[in-house]
Amino acid sequence: MITLVYDGTWIGLLCCVYEIYSKKFKQVFVVNEKRFQPDAFSAAVPVVSDELRARRVWSGLAKRISKKSMNHLHSCYLSELPNIENIICGFIRLAFDMTESPEYAYANPTVLRVSQLDRMVHREKHRMEAFIRFQLTKDDLYFSTVEPDFNVLPLIAKHFKNRYADQRWLIFDLKRNYGIYYDLQAVSEVVIDSTGVEKIGPELFSEDEFLYQKLWKEYFNHVNISERKNTKLHLMHVPKRYWKHLTEKLSI
Amino acid sequence: MSDRIVEKLSILSDAAKYDVSCSSSGSSRKNHNKGLGDTGNGICHTYTEDGRCVSLLKILFTNVCIFDCAYCVTRKSNDIKRASFTVQEVVDLTINFYRRNYIEGLFLSSGIFKDADYTMERLVLVAKKLRTEHKFNGYIHLKSIPGASDEIMHEAGLYADRLSINIEIPTESGLKLLAPDKNRRDMIVPMEYLRNEIISKKEEKKLFKSTPLFVPAGQSSQMIIGAGKETDRDIMYTANSLYKNFNLKRVYYSGYVPISNDSRLPGIGTAVPMVRENRLYQTDWLMRFYGFDIHELLNDNNPILDLDIDPKLSWALRNLNYFPVDINKADIRQILRIPGIGRQSAHKITQARRFQKLSWENLKKIGVVLSRAKYFIICSSNQFERRDLTDTMIRQLILADSQSKYLTSSTGQLALF
Repeated sequence: MITLVYDGTWIGLLCCVYEIYSKKFKQVFVVNEKRFQPDAFSAAVPVVSDELRARRVWSGLAKRISKKSMNHLHSCYLSELPNIENIICGFIRLAFDMTESPEYAYANPTVLRVSQLDRMVHREKHRMEAFIRFQLTKDDLYFSTVEPDFNVLPLIAKHFKNRYADQRWLIFDLKRNYGIYYDLQAVSEVVIDSTGVEKIGPELFSEDEFLYQKLWKEYFNHVNISERKNTKLHLMHVPKRYWKHLTEKLSI
Repeated sequence: MSDRIVEKLSILSDAAKYDVSCSSSGSSRKNHNKGLGDTGNGICHTYTEDGRCVSLLKILFTNVCIFDCAYCVTRKSNDIKRASFTVQEVVDLTINFYRRNYIEGLFLSSGIFKDADYTMERLVLVAKKLRTEHKFNGYIHLKSIPGASDEIMHEAGLYADRLSINIEIPTESGLKLLAPDKNRRDMIVPMEYLRNEIISKKEEKKLFKSTPLFVPAGQSSQMIIGAGKETDRDIMYTANSLYKNFNLKRVYYSGYVPISNDSRLPGIGTAVPMVRENRLYQTDWLMRFYGFDIHELLNDNNPILDLDIDPKLSWALRNLNYFPVDINKADIRQILRIPGIGRQSAHKITQARRFQKLSWENLKKIGVVLSRAKYFIICSSNQFERRDLTDTMIRQLILADSQSKYLTSSTGQLALF
């Protein structure tokens, strides 16, 4: 058993696949260096991230599986779940070893897991598209903070860019300490000192902001039909962990 | 000023909430002008405490109405606070809610405050202003006012993504009883006009790319459930003819929430028929996505849907000769008819079986509800239902074994067995 230790990046992960095939490893275990704990019984090999190698693996894969299936693998990576590396590498090995793309072989546990994880990440992406609430600041920036379960900001950038093409916006992930910012031209990744984010006070926001928040809450309460109250269903759709960033669920 | 708008919003959203439609999907309007908004597959931005999706800013333009329909809160004879928005107020609310990512767009309906055309004109004015002055590409759903002229309906079609007229009462006799001011013809005429326009604009678009969008998300309608004496068969046959004859995209079923002590209607305090509503939606889905003909599900022998079990299971129990189906060989249309197998599982099954024969374990992992499906299938395993079970036996076994979310409401009926 060989343990491949990579730097946690997507490129690094693809380089692990390169390593597996170039060194003809049979039994491997891939681990993020942040989670790596050396043990006495297996040899650990550090994998260097090399964009060229990663590209070779990726373009090789493009000949074996569909574009959709490749996106699924990337979504799995964004889930950041422990051991996700081995599921991704397992799938890629299937793709190179089988005569036909394995993406529909749902009776295979790795294939089924990839399709399930993709759905989980996709659901979180969709939730963020729904649950992000912008607040307008005095300098005309629409600002929002989120704490998604998975690292979905790279997946939602395009949606918000198309939708809010004529307004500057910033979506900041408090959990992962980075954000995406749109300056009316393009979306870029930004890192800001998160201690600053917590200090944001009401004086920063535009005058109308609180009126519209009040109107939205009023609206939210009045479209509810109390005779049909169904708390279980409500919580299923809007789990409590999202409430602290939802304007309509905060008290005034 | 701001207090007044808060009050107006509360009155006019309260009055609009009985319209169940909240869909924001099916349109193809893209952000082509670097303006505001982009329409895609639809997003539910939040859910109210009754568990319903909030996707659109759903409001009435005004709740002043000259009609007196028994089932409606804004009926003329009801003593409630009345209010009206101005065109600019609706536009500002929509734009500001949209920019904050609260909503996908606007669903504007209205009480009929002078005559049909005058009311419809106001609604169209809002949509026009949003599209032309604010370059708004979000979703707009307008209510077609019964009796509005073709010219004004045509203009509405140019700005709206979806138009709808609520049939409300499935039978003509019911409508006469509960809404004496309305007649079916006034609803049918604009629906017919729009159907023809949508078809001809689609043809035109094939020849000229510059043809503007015309109601890209189509028409929808709604029926109230449990206000009159209609059977499920009456309701679904009407729905079926709406889908077939008017190419409707959706028909909504809205369990009647008692709002008055009118003797023609269920009194205040009567439970909302939520299970029945759910069974009607299931039937609607079977008809549209599962290849069922409505006459198979509801007919003279079975005019009412079973509340304890879903309509697909109850069809299967009436047609046991159709089963068992071999999962590894059957056509997808046959697989879709098996209780406990949805569309996603059906597709996964047909894809996965090309690689290997599927067993119970595989089916379970793929997401098939075996507690229901096991009586109706054979797969790659020598374990299968060997007993010669009758439909009532299967029904009891499934009910005994299921944790139905509706069980609390149906214990009374179950106790009969």
